[in-house]
Amino acid sequence: MVLLFGVGPFVVYPVFLMNVLCMAIFACAFNLLIGFGGLLSFGHAMFLGMAGYVCAHAAKVWGLPPEGAIALGTVTAAGLGILAGLLAIRRQGIYFAMITLALAQMVYFFCLQAPFTHGEDGIQAVPRGRMFGFLDLNSMWVLYYVVLAIFVAAFLLIYRTVHSPFGQVLKAIRENEPRAISLGYDADRYKLLAFVLSATLAGLAGATKAVVFQLASLTDVHWSMSGEVVLMTLLGGMGTIFGPVLGALVIVGLQNYLAPLGQWVTVITGAIFVVCVLAFRRGIVGELGAWWRRRQASGPPTSG
Amino acid sequence: MTIFGISTQALFGQLLIGLINGAFYAMLSLGLAVIFGLLNIINFTHGALYMVGAFCAWFLLQYAGVGYWWSLLLAPIAVGAVGVIIERTMLSRLYKLDHLYGLLLTFGLALIIQGVFTNFFGSSGLPYALPTEFAGAYNLGFMFLPKYRAWVIVASLVVCLATWYVIERTRLGSNLRAATENPTLVQAFGINVPRMITLTYGFGVALAAFAGVMAAPIYQVNPEMGANLIIVVFAVVVIGGMGSILGSIITGFGLGLIEGLTKVFYPEASNTVIFIIMAIVLLIKPAGLFGRAR
Repeated sequence: MVLLFGVGPFVVYPVFLMNVLCMAIFACAFNLLIGFGGLLSFGHAMFLGMAGYVCAHAAKVWGLPPEGAIALGTVTAAGLGILAGLLAIRRQGIYFAMITLALAQMVYFFCLQAPFTHGEDGIQAVPRGRMFGFLDLNSMWVLYYVVLAIFVAAFLLIYRTVHSPFGQVLKAIRENEPRAISLGYDADRYKLLAFVLSATLAGLAGATKAVVFQLASLTDVHWSMSGEVVLMTLLGGMGTIFGPVLGALVIVGLQNYLAPLGQWVTVITGAIFVVCVLAFRRGIVGELGAWWRRRQASGPPTSG
Repeated sequence: MTIFGISTQALFGQLLIGLINGAFYAMLSLGLAVIFGLLNIINFTHGALYMVGAFCAWFLLQYAGVGYWWSLLLAPIAVGAVGVIIERTMLSRLYKLDHLYGLLLTFGLALIIQGVFTNFFGSSGLPYALPTEFAGAYNLGFMFLPKYRAWVIVASLVVCLATWYVIERTRLGSNLRAATENPTLVQAFGINVPRMITLTYGFGVALAAFAGVMAAPIYQVNPEMGANLIIVVFAVVVIGGMGSILGSIITGFGLGLIEGLTKVFYPEASNTVIFIIMAIVLLIKPAGLFGRAR
């Protein structure tokens, strides 16, 4: 996968791929919560968008270097994640989704009204600057491989988390919370940790996206963005490692190439949702995996 | 005359707007609560179907010359029928799965409906003429009460209380509540539970369409009118808790009033006040004001 993304910019427009990479971090972060923690957050755009705003503001107004701005954006998302997480984990299931959605809408209105976000205009012309003083991000190639490095780091972190004892406990809580509690695990603390980690990585995605597009806007805080990340994860495969990346690629690609269709993109997005839920609940990677296991189980194919 | 430096005119004006908003919160959250009670699904299409209800009224007036009163009857029937189709063809396949899939499915449907309407009508609003019966206003002495606004408040109260009466006080309602508690047992008594579920969903969305028709003359008919409202209604539902019918009615009207008051005293927070209240309620009483912990 890294290899594919490594040679990708020679084949496809790099800005498109960078958008895919940012959304892939976002979707992987989201998947950490739904796929391994069983918590459906319908407000993840608040972390993406808020981190984007803070990063853009820090780079443009305070003149921070890109690594500082991205770090500050990510830390903001983590802080927001702690606050939102403390509230949201008090309820489960459907309520959890509704609470995160409502909190995200609150953040949306805050971003609409706060002076530093410039309302409908967003923060435009964010300077990219030099990362660590020597990587000139104004060069498309340098920028691309920096984004790729951030993606790989985030991906490995999520991979490690899922396969750590922490990830195992998280799965145990998803499967049977009372049982996990009776085994002595503080379920709420694990859920909060997962939530904050997911929010932080979503913030990393948002901050990186602000540097790439030199823009932080209301689109990234809007509820439709929260819906998009759910769709990417669902389409790619919830609870799979590579699914969200594939889902991000497909959805960003769709939006890119179907952009001339205008509002029909919303209809198509909705239709993919419906089809996924009705017929395709394991997602692309999940279905492929299931097919592979079935093949394995039925033994080597008999050649006629 | 002023109270706390604010003219009573402005105060009562905002309170009235708050009460009107509250009426819509109450009708929508009531529909959500009824559907949730039996189907265990949070109906994300609720906002979209509320919008479709308003559009139905607009279509009927524009192309068929059918007036407000008939729309008030026909639009809920049409949307209710759509709801029955949605429930039969799609939602009924998901009952054995995690309830989150129902949320995702209805979210997708809401996107489709909203996208189609935006395609054909753009996102600017279409005006719906106020029925002539409602021209003018009552002079209450301290303020003018437009006749239509008075009608909305009274009609929504009547609809909400009638729903409460049917569910809490009639035989049909007791069957319904029993099916909520234990569908298998109720089915064993010879009651057709799947049909009851279908009709409940149809009724819930018809209520949303009814609210949509009522909203058409007040707000402009707009494809996005439901999407923003439904998120606020979700917060209302979290605050009230979905256990009680009466609870969601009271919470709806109450929060509308609080929102109106905020507009008078601290307008910057009027968009967010309901979400802030939700956060506070979650801290103090996670199950919601009228909810039972489950």
